[in-house]
Amino acid sequence: MFNLDVNEIRKDFPILSLQVNGKRLVYLDNAATTHKPVAVIDAMKHYYENLNANPHRGAHYLSVAATEAYEGVREKVRKFINAASSKEIIFTRNTTESLNLLSYTYGMKYIEPGDEIVLSITNHHSNIVPWQQVAKAKGAVLKYIYVDSNGRITPEEIRNKITSKTKVVSIGHMSNVLGVIYPVKEIIEYAHSMGAIVIVDGAQSVPHIKVDVTDMDADFYAFSGHKMLGPMGIGVLYGKAELLEKMPPFLTGGDMIEYVYEQETTFAKFPFKFEAGTQNVEGAVGLGAAIDYICNIGLHNIHEHERRLTEYAIDKMKEIPYIHIYGPKSADEDKGGVISFSIDGVHPHDTASILDAYGIAIRAGHHCAQPLMRFLGAPATSRISFYLYNTTEEIDIFIDNIKNVRRWLGYGS
Amino acid sequence: MDLSSIYTELIMEHSQSQHNKRRLEHADHRERGHNPSCGDEITLEIKLRGEVIEDAAFTGTGCAISQASTSMMIDLIKGKTKDEAMKLVETFLGMIKKEITDEEELEKLEDAIVLQNISNMPARVKCAVLAWHTLKEMFRE
Repeated sequence: MFNLDVNEIRKDFPILSLQVNGKRLVYLDNAATTHKPVAVIDAMKHYYENLNANPHRGAHYLSVAATEAYEGVREKVRKFINAASSKEIIFTRNTTESLNLLSYTYGMKYIEPGDEIVLSITNHHSNIVPWQQVAKAKGAVLKYIYVDSNGRITPEEIRNKITSKTKVVSIGHMSNVLGVIYPVKEIIEYAHSMGAIVIVDGAQSVPHIKVDVTDMDADFYAFSGHKMLGPMGIGVLYGKAELLEKMPPFLTGGDMIEYVYEQETTFAKFPFKFEAGTQNVEGAVGLGAAIDYICNIGLHNIHEHERRLTEYAIDKMKEIPYIHIYGPKSADEDKGGVISFSIDGVHPHDTASILDAYGIAIRAGHHCAQPLMRFLGAPATSRISFYLYNTTEEIDIFIDNIKNVRRWLGYGS
Repeated sequence: MDLSSIYTELIMEHSQSQHNKRRLEHADHRERGHNPSCGDEITLEIKLRGEVIEDAAFTGTGCAISQASTSMMIDLIKGKTKDEAMKLVETFLGMIKKEITDEEELEKLEDAIVLQNISNMPARVKCAVLAWHTLKEMFRE
């Protein structure tokens, strides 16, 4: 049952009433970051006004309050992605840090010369560059899963690339360029049958669709708070207990230790083993409020709302002969609310700058996916991306102003 | 922001004109310039006769601003000595940073003076300065 009142939702987001360049803000850059509802902003304010102290440290009232706030969000995250235990939830700064944690700990310890690491060509730089470092340091081989002309991964391609030599498969759940949601459960099942572990970058998926790490049997799953209504600077890494147990620590120092001697240290158990130094408690509290907000609306409602927006936008864009869409050209079940496109005769930066003059925020460039851009044969693209607060009216404003983009660059229409 | 101060006729003319966009046979210097954050990419080629820039051209892809700016720079430096060209690069970068505002000084930039307003568009500054930084890198070597 679809139930989402976008006008009510918009009232919760103060920034959406902003005027930009004298025009009403039309924010279509949600794959980059999302805006924050009052509930998230208030939760962080409440934390600093009522609960602030260094968690896990003191015996005093506030330290206990801060610890409870922080650990409460860990449990909330566990429930949100259906992990078996809250100990399997590690707080990081963002998806990039989560993936670096894995490459530097799991990767550097378990990858050996000749081992294969399989990535998707649609991966974000944060899920490519760390593995290049591991491959170089350990003499491993990087292999890429390529997509078909609609941006999808075929079962044959999975079978061709993942073999008994594969140690790690690291793949984005949803492409931040093409908007395709990939069949990670099937990929994980096949990779496990070949003896590989699978890491999923969920930065683009967790904010928009129900993610169940137990059902998909992911070994590791990473995502960021700021792309799901939460603050910047807080991210999550889920990992299976048996893997976290045997991994060495990432950053070392305060709060991640048991006993420190002059020459030796014993480390705390996970998740604390991976959380060195004073953590972003305010960020965790904001993330907790964002999860509450999302659960209150319902992820199935959010996904369906975005699917309708995507369908509406794609239909309008297909009517304009000088627009070309990358990836799927219909709002199928496996298409998220991200549309990359080009306009004949107009470079994406000019598109973004001119739309900005009309109050419309879109992304232009390589979207931190240069290998994918090269694969698509496009040096750069423009991208619109939706969230629960976007409306069809905003898409109309975007479409109307595409004509202005062409006009400024000297085309009739 | 006033788009008409950026997307002027002159910029559109330069960005669409192909007269400086070609490969140079027997170039003496070749330098690649790249804005990693946005993907603009040019290769600048220079042919020298002694200290004088006899010919210059570029290839690559980018937005209207980067393409126009590159083309304007090439028109400007042809026939100048390396030292004169470097002085013009400094004048251009000074203009974009708003450190040089003297009209007489800026007139030396010829067509490229129309890019002055880019300094009010922080997101596009790197597009405008790409070619000029590339030339500076080339002669630094």
